[in-house]
Formats: sequence, structure tokens, C-alpha cells
Amino acid sequence: MSNLAVLPIILPLLFGIILALTHNRIPLSRFLTKTFTIINLGVVSYITFRVFNQGTITLETGGWEAPYGIVIVADSLAMLLVLTTNIIAVACAFYAPHSLSERQEKYYFYPFFLLLITGVSGAFLTGDLFNLFVFFEVLLMASYGLIVLGGDKVQLRESIKYVIINLFSSMLFVTAVAFLYSVVGTINMAQIAERVQEVEQQGILTTIAILFFFVFATKAALFPLYYWMPKSYIVPNPVVSALFGALLTKVGIYSILRMFSLIFIHNIDFTHPLFIWIAGLSLIFGVIGSISTNNVKLIVAYNIIPAVGFLIMGIGVFNEDALSGTIYYLVHDMFIKAVLFLIVGVIVYVAGTSDLRKMNGLINYYPLLGWLLFISAFVLAGIPPFSGFIGKLLLLKGALSVDEVIIVLIALISSLLILYSIMKIFINGFWGEKQESDNIKLKSTKGFMGPIVFLLEFSVMLGIGAEFVYPPIASISEYLLNPELYIDSVLKE
Amino acid sequence: MYKPNNLILRTTTSLIAFILLGFAVYLLFAGHNAPGGGFVGGLMTAAAIVLMYISYGTEVMKKILPINFRTLISIGLLVAVLTGFGAFLFQQPFLAHTYDYFMFPFFGEIELATAMLFDIGVYLTVLGVTITIILSIANDQ
Repeated sequence: MSNLAVLPIILPLLFGIILALTHNRIPLSRFLTKTFTIINLGVVSYITFRVFNQGTITLETGGWEAPYGIVIVADSLAMLLVLTTNIIAVACAFYAPHSLSERQEKYYFYPFFLLLITGVSGAFLTGDLFNLFVFFEVLLMASYGLIVLGGDKVQLRESIKYVIINLFSSMLFVTAVAFLYSVVGTINMAQIAERVQEVEQQGILTTIAILFFFVFATKAALFPLYYWMPKSYIVPNPVVSALFGALLTKVGIYSILRMFSLIFIHNIDFTHPLFIWIAGLSLIFGVIGSISTNNVKLIVAYNIIPAVGFLIMGIGVFNEDALSGTIYYLVHDMFIKAVLFLIVGVIVYVAGTSDLRKMNGLINYYPLLGWLLFISAFVLAGIPPFSGFIGKLLLLKGALSVDEVIIVLIALISSLLILYSIMKIFINGFWGEKQESDNIKLKSTKGFMGPIVFLLEFSVMLGIGAEFVYPPIASISEYLLNPELYIDSVLKE
Repeated sequence: MYKPNNLILRTTTSLIAFILLGFAVYLLFAGHNAPGGGFVGGLMTAAAIVLMYISYGTEVMKKILPINFRTLISIGLLVAVLTGFGAFLFQQPFLAHTYDYFMFPFFGEIELATAMLFDIGVYLTVLGVTITIILSIANDQ
């Protein structure tokens, strides 16, 4: 028992509530948000350090014992993702005041922002399936608030779509939990895993597994359930887009990873080839989407889909290399998607348009922005020595060791096209002559660059420092392949 | 100016609102180990307040109840979360609760539970949320 495990969830919750009380005093709110996210990052770093050194921390909330009460399980996978989430949160907290209008800040941006962090951390940490649903709802509620913030017409249209699709999948989620409960009689994830193992995952359980996969695939925007995602991710403010793009779809992927490495692992021949197919299709369609548009925001939003394709591919292959690749790529993608959305936010701000055909020669005025975009394109596409390369290398190595040649070819080709889609922004938007005829008013990018550089630093370090980052990630993937470790840490103390 | 003759409504409101508020308090205090709780208590209080809004109008009610209901939501949440934190002080798991019996003059022996504090948080939150929703719909032109 240690209350440390619950701190990453309740600290942002408490801070969010405090910020709701100060929502009218904008300078105070800004200062408090920055301080709170930094405090939270400090606490989470300490907990992560402890988990990696001394093993999983579990907490039975309210003192109710494990299979009956709700457990919070801070294991190495969950803490790694919570840490990543909080680093992104710090960057967004510093970016937000420059990017939001005062009206948006006044209308509860900061409380919603911290509640989103609460929900995301909760979803990573909980060891109870129904509680996972609750935290999904918490983060969705916060995201509903964030997506309509500003109240443009296009925002309202997209948010209706977003709310309806998410309500529908949440409904299915509860139904699936009920089905699973009626079969195994528990909602504690460790105990479900134990019982599914006892009955050797018969037909009905595989059906439920696919139902869960459907739910999480909708949240993660996998093929063919991604149609709601790209447009609704680009309508809110860039900082909100960055939070959504970096965190929300990844929670879906995390849930698939957890469910299909802990619980539904006894009928791999049926479920996991399905993942590989879906991964291939997500890669192809996502990349086609991203090269088909001239809207810079949409290009980045569509790039989320091939990324989740890569992630699900690792889960489908399901061996140690592929799982390490998935975890590596997950962390890498959270960072780089946040960076790209933030950069694109600045590009749209300085160019005054999101249409690529109307931009030209930005590099003459904003050299730093241009080179940051250039580096992040390399990081995203996986040019060595950056982090995308190492994630993809592990994924492909895993896939080749089980002779999945077709998916490897698709992955390689789509990587090239991903690079092309981001380079298109660079070539069309940044190259070109200085326009001498009209005197363009330079907009200040002061304040925007700090958070972007901060995040990109982590992203680059992830690749260059792979020698130090890889061993803990390999240990997580080994841990995932032995579900007994998770079950023991929850049920037997 | 059009002035409705709502004598019957006002007279019954003062009676019904009184009963509703009393019952709401009963539900709130019964909540932690009998049917009831902060949620229903909050809803019932909200019902009483909305009834008063209907019969007396927004202007009068703003003078009677000068409360910002949106702030009430945050305060309620704060109370509920801090109850969870309270367990930290006693080295107990998050949200752990306890109870004991106390002697009171006049009332006799009464069981007091820390779950009660959590319920008060829920009560304030539900009250704030319900009134905010209803009033923002009502004020919409």
C-alpha cells in the first residue's frame, strides 16, 4: 500500500478545481497552471524513478482489498506513459497563454486542461476495467469542454460529430464490460486475466475481446473507424489539438496493449493477425489522407493514423522486439505529435492561413520555425539517429522474425510517404524567395518557441540517447509478456 | 405591465419548499448508511430552489440567494477531493473512511462518519451543477 500511486491522478484534479475558482483572474491562472504542471511533473518523475527501481506500486483505494475494491496499479508501462503525458502538459501550459484568446482562458481552459491530464493519467494507472471506463469518461468530458472552447461554427459542427461517436463507443464500452462481467464475474483486471486463463479463453471471450478492440479502435482512430478524427482534431486551438493528438488516441492504444497483453492472450492465432491487417490498412489510408490535402493542420492530423497503425502492428506481431518497438514508438509519437501540432499552430498563426498553396518563403522571416519543422519531420519519419528510427527498427525486426513481410513493406513505403507529407509543408511553405513587393508585417513568435524546443529536445534525446532509453523499455516489454507479474503484484502481496 | 395572479403558487411554494429543504437535509445526513445521500439531497434542494425561482422570479431570488452557483461546484469538488486527501494524514489509503459515536446534548448518541464530509461535497456539487444548468437554459432568450 502506498498512496504514491494515486498522486498523478488526484494532484491534477485538485489543481484543476483550484483553477476553476480563479478562472476570472487570468494572470494568476497562468502562473498557477505553470507552477502546478511543474510540481506534478516533479512528483511523477519521482514515482517513475521509484517504480523502475523498486517495482510496481499498487494502492487499494479506501482500504478495500484487491478483487473487490478499486486498485491503482503504477507499473513501469503506466508510469512511463504518465511521465510522458506530464512532460507534454508542462510544454502545453507554457504554450497556451500565447495561443489562446483571453476569452478562452477565462472560460475554464485551465481547469479542463488539468482535468484532461487527470483522466489520461487515471486511464493509464487504473487496474479496474470499469474504472478505466470512468477515466475514459473523465478525459472525454474534459475534451468536450476543450473542443467547443471558442464556439466557432465549424467547431460546433465537428464537436457534435466528436461527442456522438465518443458517446456511442462509450456505450459499447460499458456493454462490453457488462458482458465480460457476466462471463468471468469480476472487473478487476488482474482477476479477469487469471480467470480467462483458467477457462482458456473460449469462443465467447474472444467475441468480447473483439468488442473491446472495436471500442478502443474507435478511440484510437484505427482503420476503418478513424473518419471522425482528423477534422475534429484540427478545429480547436492548436494547444488543444496538440493535447488531443498526443494523448487521446494513445490512451486507446494503451488500452489495447494492456487488454491484449494481459487478458486476451490465449487465442493469439485469431486476434493478432487481425491487428496486423488493420495496421496495414491504417498505414495505407492514413498516409493517403495526409498527402492528399493542402491544409497544414490536416496533414498533421492525418499523420496520427499511420502512427497508430505502427503501434497496433507491434501488438499484432506480439514478440519481445515488436512490443519494445510499440512502447518506444508510443512514447516517441506522443512527443512528436505534440511538437508537430504546436509547430503547425505557429505556422498558421504567422502565415494567417492554413492553406499550403497560399504560403511562401516563410524561412526568410522565421528561420528557427522552419528548421524546427525540418528536424521534427526527420524525427517523425524515422531518419537515423532520431527516435522514430529506433521504434520502427524494433517493430520491423519483430515483424521480420515472424515472416510478416507484407506489413514490413507497407510500413517502409508509408514511412517514406510520411516524410514526404511533412516535407511538403517545408517545401511549399518555407522555401521560396523573399517577397519584396508587399511589406509583410512580422508577427512575433516569442513564447511559442520555448515549449516546442523543450519537447523536441526530449524527442531527439529519445533517439540519440537510445542506449540509455532502450534497456528500461525492453524490460517493460519483457514484463508485458509475463502477465503473471502484473497479476501477482495486484492479487498477492 | 402584465402581472400574473400567482397567489396560490406563492403560498404553496413557501410550504412545499420548506418541506423539500427539510427532507433534503434528512436525505443528506442519512446518506452514508441508509437510502439517500449527497446526490439526491442536492437534487432535492435544487428542486426547491427552482420552485422558488418559478414563483418569485430571477430578480427577487438573486437578492434572497446571492450565491454564485458555478463557484459552488468548485467548492463542492474541493471538499470531496480533500476528504480523500484527509486519509493521507493518517497513513491510510486514498479515500479511506472511518466513523465513531459521539454524545451530543439533546440529540443523544449520534454516529458521525467521515463519509459524511464526502457526501457534503457531492451535495454542493450536484446543487451547483443542477441550478447552473436550469438557470442557463431559463435565461436563454
